[in-house]
Amino acid sequence: MSAHVLLRDRRSESTTAGVRGGSPERRSGPRMQGAATPWLFLLPGLAACLIFNIYPFLNTFLLAFTDARTISPGTFTGLDNFARMADDPRFWLALRNGALYVIGVVPPLVFLPLLLALLVRDKGPGIGFFRTVFYTPVIASAVVVGLIWTWLLDSRGLVNGTLEALGVLKDPIPFLTDEWLLLASAMVVTIWKGLGYYMIIYLATLGRVPEELHEAAQVDGAGAVRRFFVVTLPAMRTTMTLISALSAVAAFRVFTEIFILSGDTAGPGGRDVTLVMLIREVSAGLNGHVGYGAALSLVLFGLTLGLLLSVLRLQTGRKDPR
Amino acid sequence: MTGTRTDPGTPSSSSPPAPRPARPVAKRRVGRRTRTVLRYALLLLIMAISVGPFLWQLSTALKGIGEDIYASPPRFVPADPTLGNFVRVGEVLPVWGYVWNSVRVALATVVLNVVGASLAGYALARLRFRGRRAALGVFILALLVPGEAIMVAQFLMMRSVHLNDTLVAVVLPGMVGALNVLLMYNAFLAQSTQIDEAAMIDGANAWQRFTRVALPSVKGTIAVVAIFAFMGAWDDFLWPLIVLSDPDYYTLTIGLNYLKGTFVGDQRLIAAGTIIAVAPLILLFLTLQRYFFRGVNEGAIKG
Repeated sequence: MSAHVLLRDRRSESTTAGVRGGSPERRSGPRMQGAATPWLFLLPGLAACLIFNIYPFLNTFLLAFTDARTISPGTFTGLDNFARMADDPRFWLALRNGALYVIGVVPPLVFLPLLLALLVRDKGPGIGFFRTVFYTPVIASAVVVGLIWTWLLDSRGLVNGTLEALGVLKDPIPFLTDEWLLLASAMVVTIWKGLGYYMIIYLATLGRVPEELHEAAQVDGAGAVRRFFVVTLPAMRTTMTLISALSAVAAFRVFTEIFILSGDTAGPGGRDVTLVMLIREVSAGLNGHVGYGAALSLVLFGLTLGLLLSVLRLQTGRKDPR
Repeated sequence: MTGTRTDPGTPSSSSPPAPRPARPVAKRRVGRRTRTVLRYALLLLIMAISVGPFLWQLSTALKGIGEDIYASPPRFVPADPTLGNFVRVGEVLPVWGYVWNSVRVALATVVLNVVGASLAGYALARLRFRGRRAALGVFILALLVPGEAIMVAQFLMMRSVHLNDTLVAVVLPGMVGALNVLLMYNAFLAQSTQIDEAAMIDGANAWQRFTRVALPSVKGTIAVVAIFAFMGAWDDFLWPLIVLSDPDYYTLTIGLNYLKGTFVGDQRLIAAGTIIAVAPLILLFLTLQRYFFRGVNEGAIKG
């Protein structure tokens, strides 16, 4: 949902500035509130964000340049942690897997949910039901989803069982024990679980496509397919960009799917490790290297922010036809 | 989602109520019928993909010890359905205790988020004060920091105040999600200013305008926030995994992971455990989905 929040945020701001210039709170007349009132309203939320988000964030920044352990605060070591990273084969594996995840997951998560949204946009018998059904995988915990798919993809699970019963296969496909197949399976699970979420974002945007555009195109003799490419797709561009940014960021944050599918091992030889798995691993335990963990966290933060900014820049650089 | 909102854009974009006179009517009707058939065929296919895995899990959970769950070809309908696995999973693991922990965590998270986010969202959208932009900036910044990138520091913080291994530590980092604040902010921004203005002239103070005027008209968004908060807390895995080590405080997701490790052999028990974890959430969502989809659109269309 953060997509359309961010998206609308900017627009709403301009509305406030322009059209709502005369709204009560902007008038210079007597104000019915003390100076402290707004801050009392803000207190719970702002305090929570400052204490549990901003402060840990700043602390992560500081920790990343120390050799802190779980039990000792550590001393300043400059860029040592980052040098260690460069020599850490697991770090490079995690980056590789993150990059592969982006490549494997983002395109399907940009296009398939749009198809779903178009299918359930127009009212018809049972459409509300289908919307709900398509959203169900989003509701379920990644752990539950992971366990369900572990069972489906097991060497004796439904997928292998069905293929064998059909005579397609003799030996089961090692979905969960092969380095590459495990990674691909995790991607399938991520896509399966994410479709409904992005469908809702598309639905919200589809509702805003001006009807006149469709009608004009129809009068001009454009068929459904052409109308899709001429009217719908351009109007969806902003949303598509945001969804690629969101799903790309999510790809680098993946943890549970691989953790559950691999049975906590990060795949054969730990070769399906991800950044988040690595952060947890190195920081865990009484003697965990939290300094190194924090440095890895900074890399994760840098990657996600960089991805977000570059995709958003890509979008604002273009001229939006709307 | 059946026409709860007055929504001019959505309903008729490709199915106008009356055929346009300029087009050959009969031909278009036929075209539309095949399209409808095709559309529903696709919908059913996607439905099978969406819920099939859940149903297979349910089927496994209902199969008794005597039934071969590896039968070839796979059998979807249990020969002799039994609830025995749900009883057994409670015997081998304190699953119901985990459920109770998850319920408490999720309810606390919902209450804290709904209250905190609507208060903050209202102040940001509706009150005028110095520092408003800075406050908004804090929430946006908080939104940009992935939870995974600060979990180490959060863990150290909880440890330094001796909250590790408590349910309080599970709740605290998610007590007011920045995203929820921004959702409420958008909902309040979209409200008409006229009623607010009238209430102000009548001498209503900020609190009265909040509770009597603003809050009642953003119920949809509140439902969205509540559902997100509940789902987020109920489904969270990584943070509880980090902060909890005493099995007494395990939430359901952590317990499930443990169940998988302990009883790799019995797929029926794992299946029963996952059904216990997902069924309440699906029921909750089915009950609230009208408000949820309305809330999602409430934010979007007014934007």
